[in-house]
Amino acid sequence: MEKKEFERPYIKKIRAGVPSKFGMPVQAEPVTHIDGVPVAELITDFGSPLFVISEKSIRRTYREALEAFRSRYPEVQFAWSYKTNYLDAVCRTYHSEGSWAEVVSGFEYDKALSNGIKGSQIIFNGPEKSRDDIVKATENNSLIHIDHFDELYMVTEVAETLGKKPRVAIRINMDTGIYPMWDRFGFNYENGEAWDAINRIMMTGKLELTGLHTHIGTYMLAVNAYAVAASKLADLAVRIERKYETSIKYIDMGGGFASRNTLKGAYLPGRDTVPSFDDYANAITGALLNSEINPGRLPLLILETGRALVDDAGYLLGTVLANKRLSDGRRSTIIDAGVNILFTSFWYEHEFYPAKHTSDHLEETTIYGPLCMNIDVLRESVAFPLLRRGDNFVVKRVGAYNMTQWMQFITLRPAVVMIDEAGKPHIIRERETVDTVTHNEIVPTHLKSE
Amino acid sequence: MNMKLKKNIALSESGFVFDPTTGDSYSLNQEAREVVRLMNEGKELSEITDYMVSIYNVGRNDFEKYFFDFASMLRQFRLLEDEQD
Ligand SMILES: Cc1ncc(COP(=O)(O)O)c(C=O)c1O
Repeated sequence: MEKKEFERPYIKKIRAGVPSKFGMPVQAEPVTHIDGVPVAELITDFGSPLFVISEKSIRRTYREALEAFRSRYPEVQFAWSYKTNYLDAVCRTYHSEGSWAEVVSGFEYDKALSNGIKGSQIIFNGPEKSRDDIVKATENNSLIHIDHFDELYMVTEVAETLGKKPRVAIRINMDTGIYPMWDRFGFNYENGEAWDAINRIMMTGKLELTGLHTHIGTYMLAVNAYAVAASKLADLAVRIERKYETSIKYIDMGGGFASRNTLKGAYLPGRDTVPSFDDYANAITGALLNSEINPGRLPLLILETGRALVDDAGYLLGTVLANKRLSDGRRSTIIDAGVNILFTSFWYEHEFYPAKHTSDHLEETTIYGPLCMNIDVLRESVAFPLLRRGDNFVVKRVGAYNMTQWMQFITLRPAVVMIDEAGKPHIIRERETVDTVTHNEIVPTHLKSE
Repeated sequence: MNMKLKKNIALSESGFVFDPTTGDSYSLNQEAREVVRLMNEGKELSEITDYMVSIYNVGRNDFEKYFFDFASMLRQFRLLEDEQD
């Protein structure tokens, strides 16, 4: 006799009235393939856990963002924010689409050069540039974005020493109606510091003030904050033109567009609430076009968008290690990927999917990582089907910040694979080995065994 | 080990469970209904397992794991008689 298909026995409490948070759209549909490649095959070939990046998604999203701005403003340039994901293959994909590089350290700067980007197409941001960095950036004709007065004096000194005129912009912080206001980077607009810095640069004549820069925050849901910021930068551009009869070449609006992930504590999922590229583009270009800037001399618009361009292109694949009941009856599932490699789980309620159909029955589940640490919680509570030991899962939208902020801790960091536009997987970062970690260690002779 | 639903708990053919002391209601799937029926007949885990693996496509170990999980949910919802070893 043919045996019947088995489903695990379950009991479900029937709740009347109030839909709980888990009454929201649930994620039971499995993710079986990524760009046509079976998840199970990726794990067999490259191990578990595994980061997977879709080249197709990177290019599609980039073109969509570019189109949103190009269709509204004459000249637009994206500069890939290296810190968001600086795997060479990822950076090169952006560069091949025409994106410049935006870096915030000497290390990132060198990486950009080695990825074949021209020095003149590197924007050097951040408060951490060494004198050597500034010398190098000046010699390569890069765009140096000055963060504070100490740096302004250092750049001026380098210019004198080298007898060169570095191309600089200043970073400006301002009140855009957003709380908390990011005022630790750059010069403040409202208290006149930014205008002081501009005057200082223009008076000495040693630096070429090419642009104005701001980065108002990250995961900004309020589109209007961008309109406010763009008007304030436009206002400075107009004052520079009036006072010095010279026009700045670009306005750099930084990054900060929200990706479609859901922030912790948000009631509705990010994919339903986050503004589109069109919304952001409307706000920014509208403010610039409506400003007093002479329409014949509109500056280039630069964008340093990070997470909104790459989050959707990244997936984390992994395997279930065990299931447990917690003391209050809640189910918990332990997986082989911890918060040390999925850093963004501190901010996002990441979307977990089974990699194959298991059961239609969803249960409130806590998802734990494999680290022997209480903080290793990937989802406090998610409606999830029961997966068994050895079953695979997929986490969506993990392309931003994880592959740069991940930490080698207790376990080794996994491989990263990129699936090209033809659906072929390429390993773009090898899984770490013990040697990766011990390579830089030195044991003093007296502790070495014979 | 012998587990049973509390006597006052109403169980319908379709798997609807009602607990009059709390007013809570629950639903069971087909497999859970069979497990509860066997439990109420006083069957031991090994007998329940024998039966389930004979008609369903499931291994013994897997079934036992699911069984313990199911039992802990029944306990969590306070639907079981006090257990005697
Ligand atoms: C100066 C600058 N530009 C761009 C970005 C990218 O930001 P996001 O990923 O929010 O778009 C950052 C991120 O911190 C930044 O500091």
